[in-house]
Amino acid sequence: MRVHAKRAVALAAGLLLPVTVMAEWTMNMTPGVTSTSNQIYTLHMTILWICVAIGVVVFGVMFWSIFAHRKSRGYKPANFHENTVVEVLWTIVPLAILVAMAIPATATLVEMYDTTESDVDIKITGYQWRWQYEYIDDDFSFFSNMSTPREQIRNRQAKGEHYLLEVDNPVVIPVGKKVRFLLTANDVIHSWWVPEFGVKKDAIPGFINETWTRVDVPGTYRGQCTELCGKDHGYMPVVVKAVPEEEYNVWVAEQREAAETERQLTEKDWTLDELMERGERAYATACAGCHQADGTGLPPTFPALKGSQMALEDMAGHIEIVVNGSPGTSMQAFGNQLSEVDLAAVITYERNAWGNNTGEMVTPKEIFDYKNQQ
Amino acid sequence: MSAVIDTHAQDHHHGPAKGISRWLFTTNHKDIGSMYLMFSFAMFLLGGSMAMVIRAELFQPGLQIVEPEFFNQMTTMHGLIMVFGAVMPAFVGLANWMLPLMIGAPDMALPRMNNWSFWLLPCAFLILVSTLFMQGGAPNFGWTFYAPLSTTYGPPSTTFFIFAVHIMGVSSIMGAINVIATVLNMRAPGMTLMKMPLFVWTWLITAFLLIAVMPVLAGVVTMMLMDIHFGTSFFDASGGGDPVLFQHVFWFFGHPEVYIMILPAFGAISHIVSAFSRKPLFGYASMVYAVGAIAIMSFLVWAHHMFTVGMPLAGQLFFMYATLLIAVPTGVKVFNWVTTMFRGSLSFEAPMLFAVAFIILFTIGGFSGLMLAIAPADFQYHDTYFVVAHFHYVLVPGAIFGIFASAYFWLPKWTGYMYDETLAKTHFWLSFVGMNLAFFPMHFLGLAGMPRRIPDYALQFTNFNMISSVGAFMFAATQLLFLFIVVKCVRGGEKAPAKPWDGAEGLEWTVPSPAPYHTFSTPPEVK
Amino acid sequence: MAHDTETSQPLRRSNSRVIAWCLSGVVGMFAFGFALVPLYEVFCEITGINGKTGGRYEASAVQQVDEDRTVRVQFLASNGPGMTWEFRPVVRSVDVHPGEVVTVNFYAANGTEEAMVGQAVPSLAPSEGTLYFHKTECFCFNQQPLDAGESVEMPLIFIVDRDLPEHITKLTLSYTLYDQGKPVNVSRTDRVQTKTNNNG
Repeated sequence: MRVHAKRAVALAAGLLLPVTVMAEWTMNMTPGVTSTSNQIYTLHMTILWICVAIGVVVFGVMFWSIFAHRKSRGYKPANFHENTVVEVLWTIVPLAILVAMAIPATATLVEMYDTTESDVDIKITGYQWRWQYEYIDDDFSFFSNMSTPREQIRNRQAKGEHYLLEVDNPVVIPVGKKVRFLLTANDVIHSWWVPEFGVKKDAIPGFINETWTRVDVPGTYRGQCTELCGKDHGYMPVVVKAVPEEEYNVWVAEQREAAETERQLTEKDWTLDELMERGERAYATACAGCHQADGTGLPPTFPALKGSQMALEDMAGHIEIVVNGSPGTSMQAFGNQLSEVDLAAVITYERNAWGNNTGEMVTPKEIFDYKNQQ
Repeated sequence: MSAVIDTHAQDHHHGPAKGISRWLFTTNHKDIGSMYLMFSFAMFLLGGSMAMVIRAELFQPGLQIVEPEFFNQMTTMHGLIMVFGAVMPAFVGLANWMLPLMIGAPDMALPRMNNWSFWLLPCAFLILVSTLFMQGGAPNFGWTFYAPLSTTYGPPSTTFFIFAVHIMGVSSIMGAINVIATVLNMRAPGMTLMKMPLFVWTWLITAFLLIAVMPVLAGVVTMMLMDIHFGTSFFDASGGGDPVLFQHVFWFFGHPEVYIMILPAFGAISHIVSAFSRKPLFGYASMVYAVGAIAIMSFLVWAHHMFTVGMPLAGQLFFMYATLLIAVPTGVKVFNWVTTMFRGSLSFEAPMLFAVAFIILFTIGGFSGLMLAIAPADFQYHDTYFVVAHFHYVLVPGAIFGIFASAYFWLPKWTGYMYDETLAKTHFWLSFVGMNLAFFPMHFLGLAGMPRRIPDYALQFTNFNMISSVGAFMFAATQLLFLFIVVKCVRGGEKAPAKPWDGAEGLEWTVPSPAPYHTFSTPPEVK
Repeated sequence: MAHDTETSQPLRRSNSRVIAWCLSGVVGMFAFGFALVPLYEVFCEITGINGKTGGRYEASAVQQVDEDRTVRVQFLASNGPGMTWEFRPVVRSVDVHPGEVVTVNFYAANGTEEAMVGQAVPSLAPSEGTLYFHKTECFCFNQQPLDAGESVEMPLIFIVDRDLPEHITKLTLSYTLYDQGKPVNVSRTDRVQTKTNNNG
């Protein structure tokens, strides 16, 4: 018996251990950092308390009956089964409560729909499984991929503080300005959500949706895709950095410059080692999700690249499928998702990693020419 | 048709056939009812084990047990099997067993069709489950199968999924027609509509809902089929279609569908609460009107599932108001049940325990439904675990507890023996604790920001997910006890009298226990 | 027994009547499911709720230009999955007066080695403005074939209606360009065109 008891205690302790270690017990909605999210929070709490009050009354009566009107206590049943006044009353009173709930809800909704007079417009496009942000007035755009290493997901490495909620390129917005988001999707429906803004909107292929936010507190805010969009639906986080306006302007200037540098990098003469190094990183974000970090894939849906005939022999076919995708399969067209440099690096990497030692190299210039063949 | 009558005439002399042919060819409503219930329980265990895979994976952050691809197949199949394989057939089974007994009819109106509608179901689910073993895996787009994830991006098995949905649709429609014909034509003399037991009323209304929306489901999957194979573009923007249209059509089916899964439980609970309160049901007429109102309104609220798709303001407001309005008749029902208990003479056998838990927990699910109806707040709740918590609160302690309550209530009538009350109470308490442990923390997870349908989550969600998984394992294991209780009850026990519950009312308690193979060959008189 | 046969006569008839009614309900609702497609389209056309702009606008009378009001019209271009053309508006946005006839261009270039056909699908935000955005000429009315390496500037001529609600100051028109395969033969292209025309 004693052994059993000890085991039970050990088991219970084992179960409780992570609880005490992490001690993270968020139970309620965040009030957030925008006026919309605050209004939603107030609505949420109001309705919660109304429900609790109704519950206390209704269940109060019920539990009173359960304790007092028991057969085992010899309680004799009454025989009433109708009372028009009561029945009308409990139809009308809830109706009144509902109207009272609907009024503030309507006001909030009207405000949420007011997308006019925005200061910054950002187009957000959902892809399987990354977000693209396009600063419409500033002519630059970038992809935002989850940056949590696969090793952490596979439990081979300790999980970081922002496990699954971190990206390589966060979207940056200025504090105190009205930012309008225009949402669409490339493939399937996604949904862009940042709880602290009280903003959630579906990104629908072929259609454009709009929503807005005005963040008053600088900080980094994290959210996720909330519409099931396939295999890696759980791995496409949203990270927004709200920064003071000056900082934002500097960042925008940097981005525009970086876009220019990217164009120059395409022209640069690359060595195999440089491309391999860059390719490994690009492969990890863009390809490893399906084809796996070791290139073995998950056949039959995601074929292996290690030792594949295409990676070893057919260079033209290899470029073609990476740039244009393979219609009807999960292989997307990366031509518009990755830069020329990254495309070249990825293809070079795939042709030289995991024992695919072809020694062949594809330069950004070649990709550029391929994409612009006249 | 005359052949049906002949079979009947013969049956009067022979009783049930022997061996497998009894079950294959039976037209007896009790046999078919039993088969429906057994099938439903088998599906409940299958769908439940898929839920266990989900909960096991979600026990800790990181990927431990399954790949995301398979995880999505599990959530999809769990939903489909529970909705179409466990809950709906269980209610059809209860209807088969109880409707003729409650209205004093010798059998269902269309016994041959009854046999057909049952045997289609195993075929449909054989197809559906077989997709798990196909190239590319089973459907992985969620039980709501939103296009274009389910069309352009669906796995090859989608076609089989569509076929399976068609077959179960046909089965449900046949079942519904049978219920309508039985209730309208086979009532004992003197049983006017407003004298019908509430279970009969709720099932009649459910049957009309089925007739109205199952064809729409068939329509929407047919459109998918055409998009996938025949080059149409109903839901494909590149050909001029609209993915949001899919959601409109789907939820036009989907919202009434949730009432299909709960209305029969409303009826059964009304009988049980009244029986164990030893007091007539309070507000019978208002109950009937409330169910009717809920059924009609269920057609006008579908887009509250789609508040985030970018509907214009007017649309949002309309669907928000309409949804809030449904709370009124639902509230009336809860008030009626509570008032029925008030000043009754209450005892708490297993059916009553499940019924009381039903009222409390279903109301909690109703409250979260009310919160979800508030469109601006829904922007924060939508597609998070808050929604998962909400619909599991209305479906598990709603539909499933309703089915358990009904099963314990009528088991003595079906088997002729009393079930083991101690074990049944154990079953209740373990289910009650397990269920709340599994689903209540999901409210917190959703509010804290955890999206639904993800195989892995950020670290701040760890604790509640662990608790939830432990509760889910507990709830699931407990259901094996139910199987044991039922088997034990079928095999023997204390003999049940014709009316084992002193407060129960209705024609079903006038026939002996177990109910003979043929009942009410001569219709009873109803005063 | 005698009782059974007595009651079964009227019962049988009424059973088949119930079945007939139910089946017609089933058939009706199945048809209704499909009818929802055109109904939704008509509903959207009348209310503009899904942001899909209408077909060719035939101006009944030349609208007077409202010089006092300026509306900014923004243009966005996206590529559908697998579409490798370069596709962008020539100007990012224009400021227009309601009633004014405005012409803008979109640039498309087929950088692949094969002739391809593209089809642009429009969408407008806010969807409330859809009813007030009239296109008299649009490349989205037709499919656009491009030979390998060919590029084109495609025109869009539009009028923002004077009745555009006061609170709308900015309209965003987004096009998504979809790959419609290779231009195989004329008749097929024609057929596809007639199909997509209505949605343009």
